[in-house]
Amino acid sequence: MKQPVPWARAAAMLAALLLLTACERPPAYYTQGGYRGTAMADVQNPRTFQAKVDANVVPDPSPAADPGGPKATEVYKNVQVLGDLSAGQFTRVMVAITGWVAPQQGCLYCHNPANFADDSLYTKKVARRMLQMTRRVNSDWQSHVQKTGVTCYTCHRGNPVPARIWFKDPGPRTAQGLAGNKFGQNTPAREIGLTSLPFDPFTNYLDQHEQIRMASTTALPSGDHQSIKQTEWTYALMIHFSKSLGVNCTYCHNSRAFASWAQSPPQRSTAWYGIRMVRDINNVYMNSLVDVFPDYRKGVTGDVAKTYCATCHQGVYKPLLGVSMAKDYPELQGPSPEAAEAPAAKPAEVAAR
Amino acid sequence: MEYQNIFTRTQVRSHPHHGVPMRGNSLFERQGEGFFNYWAGKIGNAQIGPIYLGATGIASIICFFIAFEIMGLNMWASVNWDPVQFIRQLPWLALDPPSPAYGLHIPPLNEGGWWLIAGFFLTASILLWWVRTYRRALALGMGMHVSQAFAASIWLYLVLGFFRPLAMGSWGEAVPFGFFPHLDWTAALSLRYGNLFYNPFHMLSIAFLYGSALLFAMHGATILAVGRYGGEREIEQITDRGTASERAALFWRWTMGFNATMESVHRWAWWFAILTPITGGIGILLTGTAVDNWYLWAVKHHIAPIYPTPWPTVVDPATLPGAPQ
Repeated sequence: MKQPVPWARAAAMLAALLLLTACERPPAYYTQGGYRGTAMADVQNPRTFQAKVDANVVPDPSPAADPGGPKATEVYKNVQVLGDLSAGQFTRVMVAITGWVAPQQGCLYCHNPANFADDSLYTKKVARRMLQMTRRVNSDWQSHVQKTGVTCYTCHRGNPVPARIWFKDPGPRTAQGLAGNKFGQNTPAREIGLTSLPFDPFTNYLDQHEQIRMASTTALPSGDHQSIKQTEWTYALMIHFSKSLGVNCTYCHNSRAFASWAQSPPQRSTAWYGIRMVRDINNVYMNSLVDVFPDYRKGVTGDVAKTYCATCHQGVYKPLLGVSMAKDYPELQGPSPEAAEAPAAKPAEVAAR
Repeated sequence: MEYQNIFTRTQVRSHPHHGVPMRGNSLFERQGEGFFNYWAGKIGNAQIGPIYLGATGIASIICFFIAFEIMGLNMWASVNWDPVQFIRQLPWLALDPPSPAYGLHIPPLNEGGWWLIAGFFLTASILLWWVRTYRRALALGMGMHVSQAFAASIWLYLVLGFFRPLAMGSWGEAVPFGFFPHLDWTAALSLRYGNLFYNPFHMLSIAFLYGSALLFAMHGATILAVGRYGGEREIEQITDRGTASERAALFWRWTMGFNATMESVHRWAWWFAILTPITGGIGILLTGTAVDNWYLWAVKHHIAPIYPTPWPTVVDPATLPGAPQ
């Protein structure tokens, strides 16, 4: 061999290629969750998981208030939702909400300084609706939130507008001619893990009630006409689940038979109720605020901000890593005045979804 | 080290060889006089050209160009003619088939019509190129193995984009043209039809595909390993004792008790190669037409085992009374 082979240069190029592929530095801890051989496992990197722990620190609860004494309605005017609380409890919740939702802006983010009972600020009307929603979730959606419950902080985390919300997305501008139809997909969007799947599966599945299930329930064809294109919409929604919860598919599914409930872990059932809860929140609470929100708070199509898995979960499988803030706030556990107003379930319609 | 021949070490140089005289009547001659390229010689024959395109070759290139332009311009239009975004997002961009609502009807151009036109010209291009492989083999007095192998892959291509959509009654079932989108389609196909890994023809296709890679590696490695004895002159050594050919044969006979011959190893490779798309195409054609859920089909036929679940039994919440919407 006469000429030296440039091994060093080749090795450097290979190393550069590896760097460019965005590999995650080890270690990865592997926790088996299913029967051996099914590859059902939770994979976490302690470094990236520590970042999630740091991002999910729960603020200390304020000292509990006396449920006795005069009612909030007797002391304050225009108390429509929290009227069952004592004045002490009411004040405690108001202070807590300020810290959870508007720590920079303070009370005046929602209240007219001249008259705290005044409803002139849109934020106050929204906050009232959100309190109703919180109580509804804590009382009627324990199928999803269990006894852990939610508080304003679960979504807001100190932001007046929660960081992870969604609007209807008509997509980026295409040529307005005879070509270039994106069919609602083929755009790298963060919400769907930068895939080329449909970038707004949320309007169909979390605002409207389109059918999510697409795998056939019979071995042989029996009139199920779900298409591969529809499957891509479901797939996009499921990628959002995975990204929002920081888990892989096998957290809820046995990947050899995604549709099979008999082989699914109980988390899948929790997630199923989560989808219905989010639809309830979006349809009954968020959409009802369409005339309350100012235009600058709305999406490009004029719709209000809506919730999805990421709104509460924010990258972890249990919001705030499963720490219950709601247990320290019995004020948010009250009866849900919306229960009667909410549209009743239609089991026949449900069965297919 | 002289014999560790990973790359081609010998390059023959003379005047470019123009090939045998053309027979019969043809509209076109061979183009070019041929020239030498050092780097081409590293991986193959250093002589490039002359090339014979002929009528089918030229027609095929024109059809391919039309299809390529339709796909590329649609992708570019989908980023509003932004050249930077076209390059950045290229792996995500696609030309999609019509929505299932159109069935087998012809949709408007921007609703999948372009996809149909591009598909037509791409298919025409591929079929014309196939005719070319057939006729060039005929002209050289060769067997038809290359065109038969090419036909095997065209079978899979036509099943994916034409036969299966026809059988399903919807162009929307076909594959989009695009890098990531066609991969998403592949995953979605498996999700919709209950896991393609339980499709026995998919199993066969994978076995032949991996088998092809294994055979290719074994054969390539064997011939390179006897390169110092002139092993690349495979066929002319076939009957000679003590040659590269015999050493190669003995290596495998001593290693695994059986050896292919210099002739039959190519037969192995050819069969494995053509059976990959043939079986795969059968598997795709049966998906959705004859079988709707391959996992349930595998359970029914005792292929898929039932595993224990280390958690309490989960029932489908939608089947519970009073389930929320």
